[in-house]
Amino acid sequence: MRSDRSKKAPLGLKIAAAAGLLFLHLPLLLIFLYAFTTEDKSYQFPPPGLTLKWFAVTWERPDVWQALWLSVRVAAISTLIALVLGTLCAAAVSQTRFFGRETISLLVILPIALPGIITGIALRSAFSLADIPFSFWTIVLGHATFCIVVVYNNAVARFRRVSGSLMEASMDLGANGFQTFRYIILPNIGTALLAGGMLAFALSFDEVIVTTFTGGQQSTLPIWMLQELIRPRQRPVTNVVAMVVVIVTFLPILAAYYLTRDGDQIAGSGK
Amino acid sequence: MSAIAHQQPIVPERSTLTSRVSDFLWKHPHVLLAILLAPPLLWLGIIYLGSLIALLLQSFFSIDDYSGLINYEFTLATYRQLLNEANFDIIVRTVLMAAIVTLVSAVIAFPIAYYAARYARGKWKVFFYLGVMLPLWSSYLVKIYAWKLILAKEGILTWFLTKLNLLWVLDTWLSLPVIGGNSLSVSYTGTFIVFVYVWMPFMILPIQAALERVPANLIEASSDLGGTPQQTFRHVLFPLALPGIVAGSIFTFSLTLGDYIIPQIIGSSRLFIGQAVYAQQGTAGNIPLAAAFTVVPIVIMGFYLWMARRMGAFDAL
Repeated sequence: MRSDRSKKAPLGLKIAAAAGLLFLHLPLLLIFLYAFTTEDKSYQFPPPGLTLKWFAVTWERPDVWQALWLSVRVAAISTLIALVLGTLCAAAVSQTRFFGRETISLLVILPIALPGIITGIALRSAFSLADIPFSFWTIVLGHATFCIVVVYNNAVARFRRVSGSLMEASMDLGANGFQTFRYIILPNIGTALLAGGMLAFALSFDEVIVTTFTGGQQSTLPIWMLQELIRPRQRPVTNVVAMVVVIVTFLPILAAYYLTRDGDQIAGSGK
Repeated sequence: MSAIAHQQPIVPERSTLTSRVSDFLWKHPHVLLAILLAPPLLWLGIIYLGSLIALLLQSFFSIDDYSGLINYEFTLATYRQLLNEANFDIIVRTVLMAAIVTLVSAVIAFPIAYYAARYARGKWKVFFYLGVMLPLWSSYLVKIYAWKLILAKEGILTWFLTKLNLLWVLDTWLSLPVIGGNSLSVSYTGTFIVFVYVWMPFMILPIQAALERVPANLIEASSDLGGTPQQTFRHVLFPLALPGIVAGSIFTFSLTLGDYIIPQIIGSSRLFIGQAVYAQQGTAGNIPLAAAFTVVPIVIMGFYLWMARRMGAFDAL
């Protein structure tokens, strides 16, 4: 189909594409520079000096550790719930034909297609109507709801590639449904679930809009950062945390990419 | 005759409990389907749709001006309040911002997507893919924070323009009405730049997916028939990429409509829909008005999705 493999791209296109990618990446690189600045009152550029001091200061901050620990717990449990619900839903939608399949896909995507503030305020008003106090679990409830879609997308894409005859062959050879699931389906969809799970973890770990409505007094790491952005207390600590967050979120994305790159659809193409 | 009556199944019944459950489900696929679907549907139906509907219903209540309590009677008064001048301004401002952000995002995203789809091969393809994915998935707040560092008065942008002796350009820009301000980090221009930065990656992948499907010989055919590059773009490439652009714009438009954190951190004091919702439900305690405000993005996005579907944008997702 492509007869122009050797053809060179026009210079203007090259420049525009490179400029676009630079626009996406330079601000993130700047975060790395600022983590080492000696200036602690303003965002002065260029930094007057470089130091490693703020890493030690951040390490000693209990509020950062608490927020980080809460974020990790919320993300882990939300991911588990999303993995179960998303896989069930994907299995139902891709393995059978039934009335209303389209509606179910829409329902799964809705929490992420509508602006987060709508999910957030809807949950908040529902909690107050039902007299549910804010807690760790109210945060998890919100996060799991919008994490389902990432697991679902990855699982549906993989189910499409697993051929039905594999399962039939397993049944013909005498395996029951549970054995077929354990020995045939699970190994086939495993990496897709792992990728979906990592993306769900990254999504939950970074979520701030819904969390501001369902969180009450506790702060996850993004809530902690938001408070620092609105009312800065110690800017260098924020700089260090920002850099660590960038690094921590890159790892699951890279891992998810390498787990699903041979597929027809690659993990995370829609957030 | 008796042979038919006592016909044995080909495979004898299996006796263990799991086997019997499994056989039962195999014979009754509807039960299996119900078991698979029940947990996710109950979760999404009760927790998500339930709260969403409860919220929307509250928009038909009103708040008592004197006591500040919610008056649980059906009324359209809250919607009338939504359309008064100050609130209507907020809606227009937000929709306008979302539209411009979407347009500019498409313009910046197109060359990246086009290069990645048509010229990048092998390692470069991976480079482009990850080059878009990493900023897309990296922390939302960190991205905003990065721009706070850039746009601050003492920050890198001022430093850079001073070195180039171009600071007057920035000052002239900031002195303009509406889009200007004291510094970029408290102006509409700043809000706009950050919106574009944060949501633009969502535009690249759908456009790239649409462009991947355009056969290269179609473009060659156009130039063979005498089309200039501009004409080829205008009559061949752009119409074929349009479903991808519309698909991407669903994200940029919807995300800009509902955001309240970016304009709060980098922006002027004039509100966007998200901020209005936040303020109404929080400090003002006016849940009905907040609920009515959330109806605006829902209606706009509903209409938008309907249009997008008609243009075939969902195939490009």
